[in-house]
Amino acid sequence: MSKEIQFEIPESLRDIKGRLGSTLGLAAFLIVVVGGFTSFYTVPAESQGVVLRFGEYVRTSPAGLHFKIPFGIEQKYVLPVERQLQLEFGFGTPGATNLVQYSDSRADQMEERSMVTGDLNAATVEWTVQYRIADPKSFLFEVRNPEETMRHISESVMRAVVGDRTVDEVITIGRQEIESESLVQMQEIANRYKLGLSIDQVQLKDVNPPEPVRPSFNEVNQAQQQREKSINIANGEYNKVIPRARGEANQKIQAAEGYALKRVNEAEGDVSLFNAVFAEYLKAPEVTKRRMYLETMQEVLPTIERKIIIDSDASQILPLMQIATDKSK
Amino acid sequence: MKQLTQILSLALLVLGGIITYNAAYIVKETEQVLITQFGKPVGDPIIEAGLHFKIPFIQETNIMDKRILNWDGRPNEMSTKEKTYIVVDTYGRWRIADAKQYFLRLSNERSALSRIDNILGSETRSAIANHELIEMIRTNKDREPKDLAAIEGAIGKLEPIQKGRSKIEDEILANAAPKLVEFGIELLDVKFKRINYNESVRRQIYERMISERQQIAERYRSEGAGEAAKITGSRERELQKIESESYRSVQEIRGAADALATEIYADAYNQSPEAVKFYEFKMSMEGYKSILSDDTTMILTTDSDLFKFLKSSDF
Repeated sequence: MSKEIQFEIPESLRDIKGRLGSTLGLAAFLIVVVGGFTSFYTVPAESQGVVLRFGEYVRTSPAGLHFKIPFGIEQKYVLPVERQLQLEFGFGTPGATNLVQYSDSRADQMEERSMVTGDLNAATVEWTVQYRIADPKSFLFEVRNPEETMRHISESVMRAVVGDRTVDEVITIGRQEIESESLVQMQEIANRYKLGLSIDQVQLKDVNPPEPVRPSFNEVNQAQQQREKSINIANGEYNKVIPRARGEANQKIQAAEGYALKRVNEAEGDVSLFNAVFAEYLKAPEVTKRRMYLETMQEVLPTIERKIIIDSDASQILPLMQIATDKSK
Repeated sequence: MKQLTQILSLALLVLGGIITYNAAYIVKETEQVLITQFGKPVGDPIIEAGLHFKIPFIQETNIMDKRILNWDGRPNEMSTKEKTYIVVDTYGRWRIADAKQYFLRLSNERSALSRIDNILGSETRSAIANHELIEMIRTNKDREPKDLAAIEGAIGKLEPIQKGRSKIEDEILANAAPKLVEFGIELLDVKFKRINYNESVRRQIYERMISERQQIAERYRSEGAGEAAKITGSRERELQKIESESYRSVQEIRGAADALATEIYADAYNQSPEAVKFYEFKMSMEGYKSILSDDTTMILTTDSDLFKFLKSSDF
């Protein structure tokens, strides 16, 4: 029967067959070309490819040129596993390629950064989370919108960590601790849900008291400076006066000691002199005494301008004399 | 005739293709598929990814997500136990655990989310109403503020808590999860994303913070003045001390020296009656030298030892 079919095709039909043949040939050619083109793909250096066959995960391919079964039987996803991605909270760096990197509206950003601290005060905290896609398979298949989920996790963890601290800790000394503790907690939750993300870093950016409260925080700083300043001034005054007074006191004491030495030395000198003279005097008291007397007189009398020597018997004339004390006479 | 057979076989081929195409379906890694026959679920949901087959035309595929899904609650204003109004924003994770139940009770994901909205909304509200605000803010009840002395003027003290944030989240989860089981939904967690004061409470909090800070500032200023006064006082004291001590030392030293000198003189001059007399004489002689100056008028008589020979040379 098949033979009959083969031989009884009329001319016109044969013509059609010929045309069909050429059309089929063209189609086959196209299929081969398209298939050829869609069966190769390149994974860039920083990325990994994930290949699905009929929707089922079959393999992960490293960077390089790879082959897959064409015509949609095998599909590929290429994920930049080496690239560090960033999420921003409370602020946004414009021009990000990552769609979930920051919240679009200013109002949302404001909500993100305002928090309540463990002493029921308020603080505004801005932070970033740096992460990479560590496990492309989990990233693609375990959670819908893993990056949005990461945003939620990050916000809730940051608030839990800040909520266990006082506003002063958050603003001043607690920064590093908050960063490291929230990193650990975020990673733990990310692992629990198999987000396939590895968090490299949590960084606090601007951490401040809320805007309306800020001036009063500054006032505290100023008051602190002022306190230091008045203490410094008082100390300066102290330092200006006291060491000098110590020096002066020392000087007076030294002078007194000098006086003491002088006084005692002089006394001893005087006494030595006296003893020496006295020893000689004892050998011939009368003569010595007289000699000393006369010597003194010889020394004293010449310097005296007016000398009156009267006879011992004529002492009654004394009142008659005009005794002038005027030196010019 | 032969042409007919040819066309027929071609048609059969096409039909076979259509049937095969309809019978085959793909389950993606992220999906699970429930097969229904005239709207009724047949068998267990297909969760293995890959190419599968069903009875064509009679059976239909219903694709549902297999992944962990996100529920993002709307921020809601609620009152805590102490009647503080706060805005609470929660999120949760869930997944379709029982596809059959889920398919029967909920037509789509939107209605699933609205169920979760209702149940979690009311559970959250009652949890918040049963706890004081601080219980939702703090987590670790044992934590003490670090090195408070290092932050000068830090007045903040961590408020004590009984349960803490994560326990309350767990309670909400424990209460809400059973209510979602009948919808084939497994609730995996509920977390507070944001908790904040509402606008009017916020203003009050700001005012309190401002007054707290001003109080610290006042303390600093007063401390500064106090410290300065203390230093000035100690300066005064120190100065008086130094000066008076040095005066005392000077007087002591001089006094001791004077005393010693006096003793030295007395010992020498008092050694014998002759010494006393000689000293008197000698001092008188020396005294004359300084007492008698050039403007002194001196009247001497010939009775004096010096001039007695003026009158007579007898001796």
